[in-house]
Amino acid sequence: MSFEVMLQQLCIGFTATLKIFFFTLLFSLPLGMIIAFGRMSKNFVIRSLSKLYISVLRGTPLMLQLMVVYFAPYYAFELRFGSGYRFIAVIIAFVLNYAAYFAEIYRSGIESMPLGQYEAAKVLGYSKSKTFFKIILPQVIKKILPPITNETITLVKDTSLAQVIAFAEMFTMAERVAARESSIMPLFVAGVFYYIFNFIVMFVMERIEKKLSYYR
Amino acid sequence: MKVLEINHMKKSFGDLQVISDISLSVEEGEVLSIIGPSGSGKSTVLRCATMLETLDGGDLIYSGQYIATDDGEKSVYCAKSELKKAYRQFGLVFQNFNLFPHYSVLKNVMDPLVCVEKLSKKEAEERAMELLAKLGLEDKRDAYPCQLSGGQQQRVSIARALAMQPKLLFFDEPTSALDPELTGEVLKVIKELAKEKMTMIIVTHEMQFAREISDRIIFMEGGVIVEEGAPEALFATENGRIKDFIGKFNA
Repeated sequence: MSFEVMLQQLCIGFTATLKIFFFTLLFSLPLGMIIAFGRMSKNFVIRSLSKLYISVLRGTPLMLQLMVVYFAPYYAFELRFGSGYRFIAVIIAFVLNYAAYFAEIYRSGIESMPLGQYEAAKVLGYSKSKTFFKIILPQVIKKILPPITNETITLVKDTSLAQVIAFAEMFTMAERVAARESSIMPLFVAGVFYYIFNFIVMFVMERIEKKLSYYR
Repeated sequence: MKVLEINHMKKSFGDLQVISDISLSVEEGEVLSIIGPSGSGKSTVLRCATMLETLDGGDLIYSGQYIATDDGEKSVYCAKSELKKAYRQFGLVFQNFNLFPHYSVLKNVMDPLVCVEKLSKKEAEERAMELLAKLGLEDKRDAYPCQLSGGQQQRVSIARALAMQPKLLFFDEPTSALDPELTGEVLKVIKELAKEKMTMIIVTHEMQFAREISDRIIFMEGGVIVEEGAPEALFATENGRIKDFIGKFNA
């Protein structure tokens, strides 16, 4: 197999990796916010459930969660889905897992906000939702950007875990080609791909941080 | 007309009774200062009056309208819609400014006008710029709070409170976070406001300042009003404790 063919195979895998990456961020960032609110709720039941959720999702391997989401419908309920379910299962597992981590990042950011900001807004007559969206959230985003960058970088690498349910992302493809050709080259090239991807992620996040550095 | 009236206010935090029984009122155009040692409950009175804390007992009345009414056991607050109106009656200037750090000076002052008062952007900007000019901050309109000195920040926060055109302005130790030089520029602004007959309640440790601008001074200790009166009368008091307290500041 020529180098070009190998690259072609890896690119097919890379497209799948990109899809996991974007869909996971798209859904887990907002879901994390909802869970963070649950975690900070005054209602004991909601708070406890959110805590349990976070503890289980952070306390068990993502690889295991992928398998559970993929196989559970069949083994538990004898439900059969078409081949398209493989991708959906990957997204569900990743979103549920990353939302747990994001929830704790949001919580740390929100709880670190000085009380005086809420009080100033309240005395000026801002409603609760306006206080949150206009005063608190923009400051929280600036604060939590570094840990969010960390999670995003981890996500790029974690996409390779989708291999466990035979989803054809980049790592799966690299391994297949490597086995067929008895060569380490495809795995090495995949590594370069992951690094370049993360390099771009870091570059973009740094730009955003710089943009928000106009105030302290 | 009484802008604010507080009758038999009580407030505890857990087992700690911070305010035992406080009654006070301010007439329109009057400047009332509250002095006293730390932990005497001065700030708590202000926080209760501005609804940042809820009363455990007693009445809170703004311009004749009952915001909280004592039903014999506790204070009962009026409906939310009425509370909202009450918020428009007063402004509060905090000890540590509490400006919004992600907004420019101009936006800090005009955003509440757009967001809460529902003024158009143009009207809001006009009113905001008028106040910034009055407080000598015209050239700082595009600066961010972190680029300003403490005194400038406090003046912005005064402008922000004034922009809402409150009937009554509270100051919670407005100069305690400032060095003596910066204190001066903030006190000057408050003096100007007193001249314009702005109704104000000021919690402060600046004895000389309180003496100069107040129509009335309250000395608080241990959650009660120990003495109340015109500045000259209070500063000439025979009460040993108050003499001692004021003396320490003048020394």
